[in-house]
Formats: sequence, C-alpha cells, structure tokens
Amino acid sequence: MPKLTIDGIEIEVEPGTSILQACEQLGIEIPRFCYHERLSVPANCRMCLVEMERAPKPVASCAMPCGDGMVVRTNSETVLKARKGVMEFLLINHPLDCPICDQGGECDLQDQAMAYGFDRGRYGENKRAVKDKYMGPVIKTIMTRCIHCTRCIRFINEVAGVPDVGAVYRGEHMEITTFVEKAIGSELSGNLADVCPVGALTHKPYAFTARPWELRKTETIDVLDAVGSNIRVDARGAEVMRVLPRVNDDINEEWLNDKSRYSYDGLKRQRLDRPYIRQNGKLVPASWAEAFTAIAARLKGLSGNRIAAIAGDLVDVEAQFALKELLSRLGSANLDCRQDGARFDTSVRAGYLFNSGIAGIEKADVILLVGTNPRWEGTLVNARIRKRYLAGGVTIASIGEQRDLTYPYSVIGSGPDTLQQLVDGSHPFSETLRAAKNPMIIVGMGAFQRADGLAVQAAARLVGEAYGMFRDDWNGFNVLHTAAARVGGIEAGFLPGEGGRDTHGILDGASKGEIDFVYLLGADEIDMAKLGNAFVVYQGHHGDAGAHRADIILPGAAYTEKNAVYVNTEGRPQLARLAVFPPGEAREDWKIVRALSEVLGTTLPFDTHGQLRQRLMAANPIFGAVGEMTPASWAPFGAQGPVDAAPFVTPITNFYMTDPISRASVTMANCTEALVGPAQERTGTHG
Amino acid sequence: MAFLDRAARSLFLTELLGGMALTLRYMFKPKVTINYPYEKGPISSRFRGEHVLRRYANGEERCIACKLCEAVCPALAITIEAEPRDDGSRRTTRYDIDMTKCIYCGLCQEACPVDAVVMGPNFEFSTESREELFYNKQKLLANGDRWEAEIAQNLAAEAPYR
Repeated sequence: MPKLTIDGIEIEVEPGTSILQACEQLGIEIPRFCYHERLSVPANCRMCLVEMERAPKPVASCAMPCGDGMVVRTNSETVLKARKGVMEFLLINHPLDCPICDQGGECDLQDQAMAYGFDRGRYGENKRAVKDKYMGPVIKTIMTRCIHCTRCIRFINEVAGVPDVGAVYRGEHMEITTFVEKAIGSELSGNLADVCPVGALTHKPYAFTARPWELRKTETIDVLDAVGSNIRVDARGAEVMRVLPRVNDDINEEWLNDKSRYSYDGLKRQRLDRPYIRQNGKLVPASWAEAFTAIAARLKGLSGNRIAAIAGDLVDVEAQFALKELLSRLGSANLDCRQDGARFDTSVRAGYLFNSGIAGIEKADVILLVGTNPRWEGTLVNARIRKRYLAGGVTIASIGEQRDLTYPYSVIGSGPDTLQQLVDGSHPFSETLRAAKNPMIIVGMGAFQRADGLAVQAAARLVGEAYGMFRDDWNGFNVLHTAAARVGGIEAGFLPGEGGRDTHGILDGASKGEIDFVYLLGADEIDMAKLGNAFVVYQGHHGDAGAHRADIILPGAAYTEKNAVYVNTEGRPQLARLAVFPPGEAREDWKIVRALSEVLGTTLPFDTHGQLRQRLMAANPIFGAVGEMTPASWAPFGAQGPVDAAPFVTPITNFYMTDPISRASVTMANCTEALVGPAQERTGTHG
Repeated sequence: MAFLDRAARSLFLTELLGGMALTLRYMFKPKVTINYPYEKGPISSRFRGEHVLRRYANGEERCIACKLCEAVCPALAITIEAEPRDDGSRRTTRYDIDMTKCIYCGLCQEACPVDAVVMGPNFEFSTESREELFYNKQKLLANGDRWEAEIAQNLAAEAPYR
C-alpha cells in the first residue's frame, strides 16, 4: 500500500491507483479531458499535470501510479502555469463558437477554460478547420471543435466493441473519423456524445433544441428494455427534450442504449389523448364517463370465464396489480402479462430472474447464452459481458443463432437438444463448464417463446444443477427478459389463475368465441386477428396495433408521465417518476382501472397511490425494497418433457423498433433505415 | 419699521413686478420645451428603447438561438425556440418578447454575442391593447429593418467603450 503526500495531506492508497484517483479520494479537483474512469488511460490531453518532487518536469497525474513516499503538489505556481499553457494550446484550434454549440453550458472545455485558463487569447493566426464526418443518424459531428482526447475512440473500441471510429493523420492534422463515412454500427453510439468533453460529438435529435439550463431534470428509469437502466429525463414545459443515463454501477454503469436514449420523440407522436368508442366501425371521441358506461354495459351479465386481460411490455406494476384485482372481482382468472406468449414456470422466483445480477456477470468465468441475442435484448447486459471478456479469463458460448455480439464466442448448438447433451455430459463443452468456478447461463426469451418453453426451462435448470451454478454464494441461472413490465407483472401476480387461460388460451378462446371481452393493458404485440369478435378495451398511451383493433380506447400515461414501480430482469423494483404530465385527458393507468371499478360497482379498495403501494407491498414484499435485489431461493422449476429440436430464434428482429414508443419515433425510423435497413435489399423506390 | 417696509412693498406691488420682470426676461431666452411630437429631443446612443432583431448586410438574420438573452432576462420576458434550419445552421423558430414584462434593463443586448437583439432608439410604441405588446420574431425583425441605420450608428459610437 503506497503512502504519499498530496498538497501536504498524507494518504495511503491501493497499489496501482493513479495520482489523479488519489487526488479524487482526497477531494482535490484535477482538471482533465482525456481521462475517463471507465476507459483506458492514454494521457494525451496533458491537462492533469501535477508537480512531483524529484521529477524534472510536471507529470500527467492520470497515468502516473502512486508510489511510496511521493510528494505531489497540485496547486503550485508551476502547476497553475502548466495548466494555463495546456489550455492555451487546446484553445488555439478550438473555435470559440460556444453560442451555437449544443455542449454550451455543460462543456468541460468551457468550464475548465473559465477555471484554469487565461482571460484572453494571444493567438492571431488562422485556426484549423476540419470537415465534419458522418457518424450515423444519432451523432452529429462538428469536428473543428475536437480536441483529440480520443475518448470516443476508446469508448467505441473498449465498451461498445465496434471499432468503427478511429483517428487518421498525426499531430495537428489528426482527425477523428469513421474511415469510410458510415453510420456507427453500435447500439451504444449515443454515449459517444456523452463522453465527448467538448461539442465535437453531439446528439443529432437534440440539435439546437434546448439549453441545459432551461431543462427540468427528473431522475427516473428506462422501460424500453428489461434492463431498467437509470436515466434522467430532461423536460422543458410539457415536452421531453432528451434522455441521459444516470450512474448506477449495478445496472447500466453510466451508459445507455440508443433506443432508450433517442426514442423520446415517439412520446410526442401517435398519442392517445382522449377516450374513444367504436361506433359503426369508426372510433369516435368520447368522454371518460361514456367510455366507462359502455364497458359496464358490455360486461353486464358476462360470466368471469368469458372475460380476459393481457398486459403489454411497458406497463407498470401498479396498473397490472389493479387490473388483476378488478378481474378477480369480476370472477375471471384469464389474465397474462406475457403477451409474447412465452412459456415458463413462474412458481419459483429463481426460475425467471437474472439471479446473479447484471454486475454479477463480472464474477462469471464461463458464460453460456441460450436462445438470446443480448446485444439486442439487453444491450447493457451485453456491454457488461464484453467488459467481463476484456478483463480476461472467460469462455463464452451460445446455443442459438450466430450473431455479432462484439466479443468472440463459440456457437455450440442451435436448439434445446444441445442443452440435453450438456445435462448428460455428452457435449464437448461440458468439460469447460465442469472446470468453471462460477459458471453462468443466460436464457433469453427466444428459448421460452416456443411450445416447449417449460421443458427448455427445466433443461436449463438441469444444466445449472449439473455444473454447480446454484450455490449459497453463487446463482448463475439468469433469464434475460425483453420487456420492462414482465417481471413486475409476474411478481404482482398478473398470471393465469386457477383454471385460467394464458395468452395462447385467451387468443384461442377469443377466436373460437369462448371469450367475449378482452382487456388489453398496453398490449400491442399480440396477433390482433386472433381476437375474433371479442369486445376489446385497449388501455395505453400510443395508437398502435391494440388501439386500431379496440372497441374502446382508454388513454393512459407513458413511463415519463407517471410515478410507478417497474421491476427489471434482475427482480429489482425501481421507481419511474413523473417528468411531464400525460397529454390531454390521459391519466395514470392505475387511476383508470380504479375509476372503471367504481362504474362497474366493485370499487377497488384504494384511493391514493400510497394506499395502492401499501397493498402492493402487502401482496408481495419485494416491492418494498426499491432499488434492491431480493435474492431468490432455489427450488426445482420448469417441467421436464420432450423438446422440439427446432433452433432457438431471437424474438427481436429490429432492435430500434420493439414497442409502441420506438415505433412512433422518427429517430428510430432513421436508425432502422441506416443500420437495419442495409440488410434489406434496396429497391427502386428507395429515394 | 418693519411694518412700514412691508406696507410700502404691498402698496407699490414691487414683488409682483419683480416676478413679471423675471417672466419677461425669459421671453427673450431660447425655449427649453419642444413641440413634441413634431420635434424631439436628442437621446443618448446608449438609450434603451424598443427591442429589435438585426440582420447582416446580406439579409441573413443575426440571431443564432444561443438563448443567452433568454437566460439573462431578469423579467423572463423572452421566449425562444430553436431548431436546425434546412441548411443546418442554428436558427430560432420562435423569438418572443413580452414587452409588458420587460423592464428595459438592457441585459439582453449585453448578453448577445452577435449584436442581434439590440434596444433601439424608439420609445414610441404604445398600443391600444396588451396583445399588441407581445412581440414575435417577425415584428422584431421588422423593427430591426426600420431602425438599422440609427442602431448601426449608435453601436459604432459605443464600440470604443465595450
């Protein structure tokens, strides 16, 4: 443990700590541009120079490891002069266009020039000008502003694992570029603008629309995938202007995927802002009272087994809980929160959770992916696996399709039969699993969205049991969900009750005429044609597939418009908070269900959000532990049985459009065209 | 004695005549009043009157939507919305000044990095309704075109002190 003195304060640090990190521990601010705590250290901006005794020159503190007996000064005359000099050199070629720069107001260079720079420029020559580069539909470039810190190159190579950005030429002529003017093929490209300390890389959809000081910041969570990334929603007035990640080392570190970050413009389009009733085949605007009365009239005299409800992917726990209570009062057990038709055992918590936690990936030494493409189903889970891969000493294998996951892995099979070979030890990969200390299996929805889902789940469990994935100190059985509402719905009990039908049963029943009333709680991904002649009530926030089929539309609130609980794939309840109010007459979803229950004559026993949360916690105590993972105890789950040899197929065909919000987003449409589109053949009608 | 003095002054109206003499004297001096609105007094080149949005000589509007005036305005009278124009430059789509809120402090023109928003020499913009005092971008640019000559002169006069 080296012991050193910084500014006269003695500190003992872990071996390998840099002087800059030691200064941070002491609360001493060292200016820096190129250093980023989650990226490698190139030490090329020279802004973090400090003076060290017995060193002939100032040293770059980010790259200098602490040594025993070092004496460092961070505020001496030499240091201040060095910083001033470095700043002056950086500003030689930096255009002073802060007023039109989107980074203005939150720019590292601006702040540090104020704090450490000189109060006037002495440079009168011509400045360098660099041609702007095309980096895809979400990153805007103004390369003249670049100070060559190389954070973007390091991010895209290290974290994203897509080496699309690099530098060409040397010295003053250095340019950051995508080499061949192509869109960055990463789902994490939005983070480039976040790591850029100046305004060289900015968010294209946010360009020129707002200034950081006029935004109202709300700390909330993302629901466009099941990872539950922590985000900050910046709003101005009634409009969401941008979405930024928040630091949470257990989940998303400080990154965010492009869909979660840029699909906010979908929140302004295709919104349902008032109730509608279908009259003579056309949806007609109506009042809440009319809509409720129409529902009550249809439900009158209907027996419980002819009523059903399906919950969608973006629904909060409160709404699902309230609707479940309502349906049980109506005598119906036909409800399912798995609109994708996935079949898996929900009786044991460990059977459907990401038990090791996303941070737990860093402890695994063998990772087996089953029927999942984590790059699309949980981009930040994939980033974590890549982080684990970079740390070294890990074997990654996949059963399923061959995809580019940004790290090397071997495909050891394509279907459930490989799982069975692993169970009986006849597969060559068994040796690797047996030798592993912390083996991990990640099962995706591609493995469960098939008729033999329960058997696949049981086979995956048997693999886990055979190779010691369940121990007191380690649970390597992980399920990667694709929908933010899923785990919350299961925990709230939005599942078929005694003798009730699941999604398949409901759709079958509706098409056969056995079910007359279907309540779609934000469910858009089901096959609407199978609903037959059933009376459909759609409660949700976007005019998507469900609303088109609906007989009655009840406008709900999107995730930025309500205070609600969501449970991520790890089983970690997190709070979404209201950033802006729902548009028009739209209301929070649980309130709609509560108001409807009153019209139906079975008033639900909660009047406030607090009372509802109390009941929720009483029904399932995990909802009380917000932000924490409640460990799941181990018990056998799944149903052993014959499996189909058909290969696993990932359920997501287009990462950028998986839900009503991203389908309504123009930015996501641009991303689809630029990044998913080229896979399709271009025809004469493509511009 | 004091009584006699006062009586004599009252009798001969000396104070009255003294006052009239003063009035008569001013009749031969130059007038200080002007025949407003046909005549107007001189105003300082620093005068803070009605706002204008200026253009460059080639007709391009100066405002780049940096929103510094909106941020600095102590009365929250300025509202700006912006988006990239077709040619990719940063421009306002909305620039409103609520002249009923404005306190004419001049911080907006101090904050402007391109001398786009300037408080011109015009002080005669009273209206018959409140609504007419909610200025939009069109009105402000029209003001700019109208007052450009005077404003350019004022700015040139002030340049050495800025």
